Amino acid sequence: MTDILNALVLFMNFVGVPALAYGSQLALGALGVTLIFGVLRFAFFAHGDLMAFGTMVTILATWGLQAMGVSLGVLPTALLALPFGAAAAVLAALSADKAVFAFYRKQRAKPVVFFIASVGVMFVLNGLVRIIIGPDDQRFADGGRFLFKVGEFRDWSGLSEGLAIRTTQALTVVAALIVMVALFRFLERTKMGKAMRAYSDNEDLALLSGVDPARVVRWTWVIAAVLATLAGVLYGLDKSFKPFTYFQLLLPIFAAAILGGIGSPKGAVVGAYIVAFSEVMVTYAYRKFAMYLGPQDWAPEGLLQLLSTEYKFSVSFLILVAVLVTRPTGLFKGKVF
Amino acid sequence: MSGQDTGGPLLSGRGMIGGYGGADILHGVNIEAHAGEIVVIVGPNGAGKSTAMKALFGMMPLREGRVTLRGADITALSPQDRVKAGMGFVPQTGNVFASMSVEENLEMGGFLREDDVSETMEMVFSLFPILKEKRRQPAGELSGGQRQQVAVGRALMTRPEALMLDEPTAGVSPIVMDELFDKILDIAATGPAILMVEQNARQALNIADRGYVLAQGENRYEGTGADLMADPEVRRSFLGG
Amino acid sequence: MSAGTRIAAAPASLWRGPLLYAGMAALLIGVGVLQGWNVALSILCFGLISAIMALGVNIAWGYAGIFNVGVMGFAALGGLAAVLVAQPPVAEAWAAGGAGLGLSLLAVAVTVAIIVLVRARMARGAARGWVTAALIGAGYAAARAAFDPAVDAIEAVNPASQGYLGGLAAPIVLAWPAGGLLAALAAWGIGKTALGLRSDYLAIATLGISEIVIAVLKNEDWLSRGVKNVTGLPRPVPYEIDLQASADFVARAAALGLDPGEASGIAVKGLYALMFAVVLGVLIWLAERALNSPWGRMMRAIRDNETAAAAMGKNITRRHLETFVLGSALVGIAGAMMVTFDGQFTPASYNPLRFTFLIWVMVIVGGSGSNWGSVLGGFLIWFAWVEAEPLGLWLAGGVVALLPEGSAAADHVQAGAPHMRMIFMGVILLTAMRFAPRGLIPERTGR
Repeated sequence: MTDILNALVLFMNFVGVPALAYGSQLALGALGVTLIFGVLRFAFFAHGDLMAFGTMVTILATWGLQAMGVSLGVLPTALLALPFGAAAAVLAALSADKAVFAFYRKQRAKPVVFFIASVGVMFVLNGLVRIIIGPDDQRFADGGRFLFKVGEFRDWSGLSEGLAIRTTQALTVVAALIVMVALFRFLERTKMGKAMRAYSDNEDLALLSGVDPARVVRWTWVIAAVLATLAGVLYGLDKSFKPFTYFQLLLPIFAAAILGGIGSPKGAVVGAYIVAFSEVMVTYAYRKFAMYLGPQDWAPEGLLQLLSTEYKFSVSFLILVAVLVTRPTGLFKGKVF
Repeated sequence: MSGQDTGGPLLSGRGMIGGYGGADILHGVNIEAHAGEIVVIVGPNGAGKSTAMKALFGMMPLREGRVTLRGADITALSPQDRVKAGMGFVPQTGNVFASMSVEENLEMGGFLREDDVSETMEMVFSLFPILKEKRRQPAGELSGGQRQQVAVGRALMTRPEALMLDEPTAGVSPIVMDELFDKILDIAATGPAILMVEQNARQALNIADRGYVLAQGENRYEGTGADLMADPEVRRSFLGG
Repeated sequence: MSAGTRIAAAPASLWRGPLLYAGMAALLIGVGVLQGWNVALSILCFGLISAIMALGVNIAWGYAGIFNVGVMGFAALGGLAAVLVAQPPVAEAWAAGGAGLGLSLLAVAVTVAIIVLVRARMARGAARGWVTAALIGAGYAAARAAFDPAVDAIEAVNPASQGYLGGLAAPIVLAWPAGGLLAALAAWGIGKTALGLRSDYLAIATLGISEIVIAVLKNEDWLSRGVKNVTGLPRPVPYEIDLQASADFVARAAALGLDPGEASGIAVKGLYALMFAVVLGVLIWLAERALNSPWGRMMRAIRDNETAAAAMGKNITRRHLETFVLGSALVGIAGAMMVTFDGQFTPASYNPLRFTFLIWVMVIVGGSGSNWGSVLGGFLIWFAWVEAEPLGLWLAGGVVALLPEGSAAADHVQAGAPHMRMIFMGVILLTAMRFAPRGLIPERTGR
């Protein structure tokens, strides 16, 4: 019995908790992508770099606050700096829209044109981030490191395996939950939220009903940029900030959005957790886990790892291809046109 | 929204000429509708029926001619502004927000209104009781006839003085069609002018106060519904004998 | 910019293309005079390689509207071909792990065969799905059981310089077609599953594939030495050192007034440039012929109106697959050429901005659907990419001059300057899309 509990705790510690945190970060990113897709009808390829941009400004503001001696105690200072980063990301997104995408909207260009234009935006944002903060790893988490540590859990439970929850992980899940609830309330309850959904559902009819497309587009960028910054900051607090890693997050984020049904916010959240759990579970080494569940004094040969962690992208990719081949509309019937 | 009633038509399009970019589709079409009246536009395929309606609603730019509402020139207004001015339009396809609930569809219909829409919504629900029952269901999950009711209900939410319907009975069964026509009579009884394009010409002319027969982008015949039904020429050429 | 939204512009002047190419040549000559001929020839060589990649992307995009964002993966596969073709085989590694690898391959083949057989006999349904999944699991475990020890054994063989299977010790020039073949095979597999998706989905799928290819090359040391890199690849041209040791060569260089070091570099790069130019010439000739053949006309008909072409009985998916495979093969060839030129294979250096999106900038700026345009784009954008660095440094120098010498801010600006090229590229792409959506040398539409 203790063995089973130990195995469970082990699994929670190395798969459950990290995947939950990672899934929350992906969900925030995927929500942005799916909203942009729903309203503007193209895959926004610069989303990873928008995340990096917002996070970078947040980091700079964090350093500034730290230099002034401001601190949030156990919570990371970055939370206080977040509004600066979000504002910068919103500004960047709105400028990109005004300078680039508005023109093609007026022309009623095909989605692929928007898509290529977003590659241009990606280059610019990427360059800005690399110039301002550099291409290297940055760590900016401060405050309390752990909600509780492995040792504390072991003493409390009497098990030989321990469970640790880092402050950043708890923060990620709580913050993501609050933001998601707020977003869904906004979309379901407010006039603007309904207008966004209506516009995404049926653009012509929304226009007939008097929805102002310029406002819908503006709101979409604002929300997506804020979500992107939050996702990026939480990811950076949880792991670390590196511009290139953020670009690479595009793949799991899009996999999540497409799995859930692109254009569907609910789908983006569900898809994000599925992608995150698959990724962590497939790349976790189950050796010790199996030892607890197997017979006494037995140890499996090898690590029992399905794929090495370097191949985690292939998980997103396989999910993506499986969805596209079997059910292109995704779990929640997204748009395919 | 009631303006000065001068006794003239509520909605009128005169000498409408235009098309989409290339060749003209309308070659001088005249259509008008009075308050409380049901006006039906019939004609063979390609006659320009739907185009005439879109021109009245500002969805197709006119090269010549003018459109007036309550005597005021609205030729230059965008469709959205025409909604504000008191017109409602139900497109033939894509006329509901499929992913949104029936109630939200109606709310979107009243999007432009600043005042309380609950009274109008109750009115729509009393007109279409089935919608009240299914108010929480996504419109995309309803049957074809019910979707048409949602579409009409959505357009009614601005309390339009002129309601335009583009082939409201396309693709529904004959029973549902009769039901829809009954509802349209009910709506007309509450005051607005109703202008509709219909493929089911006989049934539509049956409930119409007046009808227009268009052919090749021009007015061919016009008269009361009964007159047109009785006209042997119209019967032979446009109503299939 | 793409099919459909094309604006009926006035026919481009007949002189436009040659003039632009002449301008490009003048730019390279300018570099030769100002920065040295070694630099100019190096840019020319990479420009030729980039031009082939751009041509490959343009064949898929311009002829068929296929949005391939996996260029990096195909280029890297071409690079792998250079290793597999030219490096000497490591007999010890084969002895240590060859059998195990063969066994794991056999396990995969047997598993696939069993699954095919079982699925043919079982009725559709949940049971079949579970059995298939179980078989895949068992097959994977069996393959891994043979694979893991074999890989460990191979990687233990002289790890500092070998630790992999090596190649065929064949002339490296053969790696060019081999790289094309390898990329074509991969493209065929991807195309079979992913073509037919809407364009941005396909883009994300190809992006994913290319990331996986790079991950494999980085981590499967037994195949490519991973991040330990394969250096000292054999060359199809003489080494500079040998030239400098040749009295004859030194004398000739002296007659031209060059020092032997510089002259040897110029000679080697010049030879490379010649070889690359021949390859590019052949490929562009073939591409132009194909474009103007019945096949090319059909491709464009399909691109411009898929529905009509399908109604005429054209097999669109098959044609799309053909162009995707062809285009990817070109990228593979160029990838192998690049590794040959570099003399080393470094999987960690593959970066999607440089190897995928930069190529896209070349195609869009040069002219979607226009082979000559894409090739020009390849030269011009590569030139801009290389020269953006000194330009960025120069700009940074201006800023630094205003800052206190040696201050942290000055260092920071100096360090960030090379990244200016990203912003340049983004601005170039966006400007071209906006103001010259059909590119520098637009596609001839024949209308």
